[in-house]
Amino acid sequence: MRIGVLCSRVRVEEKLIFSAFEALGIEPLRLDEREIAARVGQYKPDVDVLLERSVGTVAGLVALQLFEAAGIRTINTYATSSTCADKIRTTLALARDGVPQPETEIALSGEAALEAIERLGYPVVLKPVMGSWGRLLARVNDRDSAEALIEHKEVLGGVNHQTFYVQEYIEKPSRDIRAFVIGDDTICAIYRTSPHWITNTARGGQASNCPVTPEIADLCRRAALAVSGGAGGVLAIDLLEDRTRGLLVCEVNHTMEFRNSIAPTGVDIPGRIVRYALQEVPA
Amino acid sequence: MLQTECVECGAVIEVPEDVMQGEILSCGDCGTELEVVEVEPLTLDLAPVEMEDWGE
Repeated sequence: MRIGVLCSRVRVEEKLIFSAFEALGIEPLRLDEREIAARVGQYKPDVDVLLERSVGTVAGLVALQLFEAAGIRTINTYATSSTCADKIRTTLALARDGVPQPETEIALSGEAALEAIERLGYPVVLKPVMGSWGRLLARVNDRDSAEALIEHKEVLGGVNHQTFYVQEYIEKPSRDIRAFVIGDDTICAIYRTSPHWITNTARGGQASNCPVTPEIADLCRRAALAVSGGAGGVLAIDLLEDRTRGLLVCEVNHTMEFRNSIAPTGVDIPGRIVRYALQEVPA
Repeated sequence: MLQTECVECGAVIEVPEDVMQGEILSCGDCGTELEVVEVEPLTLDLAPVEMEDWGE
């Protein structure tokens, strides 16, 4: 049995994952995506399971395809990861399975985006289709801001910024919820509290324990199954608390960071990830 | 602790014994982010700049 862990940048999370493997007497094979040059049809990495932990989304997705083409079980799968990496695909998957989420419009030109924004009503949030750590999120409070932002995206943004992902702004209580799913089990959750509307811990949000209620567990399970074609995986689900509609799924992350969530929850998240990976080793 | 030099400013950088290849260190003097590209011998290089698709 050989476990591969794909990563270039070793964050705290990767160190914790390697330590969790070592605690079980397993030494995983560390693979760096920057060293991959694969002859198509002949690439046979010497691992039974690959845990993908690349900080670079595109490189991680390409690597997953190469490993899966070689018949290797991957965590998460390319299908799941590519859905989570793309907010449009995530939103469509959640909608298909009836998972509650903020009202969202996708627009394919600046002009159409302005119409979408006006339809949703201010404030709205503009998000890059691919992005993380709260990067390039924009709350748009009025038409002047909308016009300026759209023009900036049209003129300065690359091709990926010509698709506009517009979402209603949820008036949340100075926090959101980040829940962790392993397989289809919601193992723990944190509140991320911040005076800023962007509550990512990467942007200074403070983590505290959020009890996993039956509602949270059920919603996260449904979201995880929706983005994974029913397979589940190692996923982090971000939830927003809406005053009238209750919990809404905001996004799903496929290479989740969890360094700030172990202490408040008391849950050994890296240990759970590692045990899940071991369960997935083909017989 | 191991010791090495910042490739940007030459300041002494202390590195924990259990450092791993791929870890990012920060120079206390100039603030540059440095990647551990090799552990034996301990070799640092300028860390890659954050890309638009980086994240979780």
